[in-house]
Amino acid sequence: MTSTVPVRSAPDAVPPPIPPRVAEPGPPTWRSRLFRWEAGAAPYVYVAPFFLLFAAFGLFPLIYTVWVSLHEFRLNSEMTWVGLDNFVWLFTNEKFYNALLKTFTIGVLSTVPQLMLALGLAHLLNYRMRARNFFRISMIMPYATSVAASTLVFAQIFGRDGGFANWMLSLVGLDAIDWRNGDLTAQIAIAVIVTWRWTGYNALIYLAGMQSISYDLYEAASLDGASRWQQFRHITLPGLRPTILFTVVVSTIGATQLFGEPLLFGGGTPNGGAVNQYQTVGLFMYQQGWQYGSLGRAAAVAWVTFLLIVVLVLLNTAIMRLRTAQRLSGGDD
Amino acid sequence: MDTRRTRTASVVATLTVGALALSACGDGASDEPAAAGGTTDGRTTITVALFGTFGYEESGLFEQYMEENPDILIQYESTQGEDKYWPALQTKLNSGSGAADIQGIEVARISEVTANQADLWTDLRDTPAGERVGDYVSWKADAATTADGKVVGLGTDIGPMALCYRSDLFEAAGLPTEPEELAARMGSWEDFIALGEEFQAGAPDGTAFHDSAGGLYNAIVSTEEQIYHDESGELVLESNQAVRDAFDLAARAGQSGLTAKLEQFVDPSWDAGFGSGTFASIACPSWMIGYIKGKAGDAGSGQWNITTLPGGQGGNWGGAYLGIPEASENKEEAAELLAWLTDAEQQAAVFANVGNFPSNTGAIALVGDTTDEYFNDAPIGEVFTTSAENAPTQILGPHDGVAKNAMVQALLSVEVNGVDPADAWEAGVSQVLNQVR
Repeated sequence: MTSTVPVRSAPDAVPPPIPPRVAEPGPPTWRSRLFRWEAGAAPYVYVAPFFLLFAAFGLFPLIYTVWVSLHEFRLNSEMTWVGLDNFVWLFTNEKFYNALLKTFTIGVLSTVPQLMLALGLAHLLNYRMRARNFFRISMIMPYATSVAASTLVFAQIFGRDGGFANWMLSLVGLDAIDWRNGDLTAQIAIAVIVTWRWTGYNALIYLAGMQSISYDLYEAASLDGASRWQQFRHITLPGLRPTILFTVVVSTIGATQLFGEPLLFGGGTPNGGAVNQYQTVGLFMYQQGWQYGSLGRAAAVAWVTFLLIVVLVLLNTAIMRLRTAQRLSGGDD
Repeated sequence: MDTRRTRTASVVATLTVGALALSACGDGASDEPAAAGGTTDGRTTITVALFGTFGYEESGLFEQYMEENPDILIQYESTQGEDKYWPALQTKLNSGSGAADIQGIEVARISEVTANQADLWTDLRDTPAGERVGDYVSWKADAATTADGKVVGLGTDIGPMALCYRSDLFEAAGLPTEPEELAARMGSWEDFIALGEEFQAGAPDGTAFHDSAGGLYNAIVSTEEQIYHDESGELVLESNQAVRDAFDLAARAGQSGLTAKLEQFVDPSWDAGFGSGTFASIACPSWMIGYIKGKAGDAGSGQWNITTLPGGQGGNWGGAYLGIPEASENKEEAAELLAWLTDAEQQAAVFANVGNFPSNTGAIALVGDTTDEYFNDAPIGEVFTTSAENAPTQILGPHDGVAKNAMVQALLSVEVNGVDPADAWEAGVSQVLNQVR
């Protein structure tokens, strides 16, 4: 932009001519007032049901949780105000830091392979092939299976004695692994369950994103002799940027809240293993609230988790923005 | 044409996905509580919600009661794990709706009920079940009575202790297989460990002497009068030498490879082990009899046998009560059903079917000469009756559940994660103290 650019085009600046007022005798009728009110209020009325429900089932619990977290509150007893004691207890509790670490490692172990696999699958399914719709739809089947059912099956697969995974290992001459009780092995097993369930879901989202990329680009690229890998790298990936951001955010939230899989993998107990080797923050919270009956402490964990998710999502978004900005300023390629 | 085929394929896939989604919903729906009692076509509906295996359904007792009382309709539901059952019940009791007319109460929860929740439960003295209060083993009834005399539950079963073992595996390892011979070899828990070392020396591949250190620990403390609390209700876990000794002995067994390192009720390999023989012995409260039969199946019949705890000690592990939430609208009818279910004849029938040992003194007299074909015709009635007679009156307390869980986890960490027993003990104790203070 330079100073030679004239002042904003004139026609826009001129307000539209005021239509001549029709002389209206007396004050506006009740009817016309209602109409005018309706025109202004209608959008709000239409969106109100969502916000009312959100206030009752989203906002109120959120705020009430803060209230509970400032009390000592056991089931079947009165609440006693304890101020920030629950948070002091939480931040001086090594089990909480352990849970944070395990949530993070299981999150990385499951999210990274999951999204990469999904991207690859989506890219392949984006090509013309036979029975494409069948493959596309069957991909989402794990997602439609209940967590309980799939976790119970995987718990058997990763069983120490006679489990499928150990049988596979024995075929290549490896010793049986006590998946459940090992530190990293239990985390890997849980990451496999999560990955199995969510890869198809993410692949479908990527696929939808890919279909909004013009096919001409691929055609042009292949005419120029670009390999599939080059097409993927230079057309698909840049085109999918917003979709990838979305899946990363959703997966981060999912990983931070991971609960059902480790709970059921641990036979329905919230210990997360003998040395809490797969106790996620979600399990830690459940253990406080429902195994030990300390609802105040559980509420404190819940709020810290919520804040953690907000921070993580902001961080994700900031990183993606930064990369986009770099790209627009001609940073890469 | 090709498109038609792909379309058919995708329709099939869509339908399958839909069916899976529906079945997923089905899973959730079955967890929903039974509808609160009411009246359907002239019959009064009594809802019964229990956990694990109480044996009423398995023994056909609900059916029988409905036949004898045509105006009653019983709706029964069961949650497998007590650790899931109890929290859910707590929220229902607190909100005053959703609880069934008859609810089961595990023995580890009963002191919490009498101490903190007495006003959420019906005083059974004021109901038709009131005249039965004196029918149960005295300590069992005392534990369900509040300080001011209110009775919140009637006893179902108790958990007298014995030791179950695989006679085929014992034989293969060159150990005696007759219950009397084994009992003679085990004067104390130290002898039990020595026997285990002898077993391990000649054991078939892939077989451990005992199932888990946690199970062994629970068996040892089940013979103690004072475990986690003293009579005033103080937590004495830290200072109770009996608990520490039991912990150390179990940890030693775990470290020296005498256990199969399988977490009870949690590890799928534990369930499988009853049949496949990954372990040759297990601490056997009476209710474990039914569990073994269920997991080892018909193929296990004749492989198992049962003997007394070392030194012929008596002990108790587990057991339960039935109570009626204050919010129930059919207390009268529920109390009649409750009294019938916990009456001598019905408790004896449950023992015969699933092994839950009666807490009703009349029933104990009925089952004294029961033998079990599955366990090589072992005199299980006599074994458990003797154990119940020799059992101390345990002091129960509100933190029993938390403490037991922490100790078992600590022992598992010794077995499978190689944690030093002293460190594991510290971790277990601090876990408990962190929660109760």
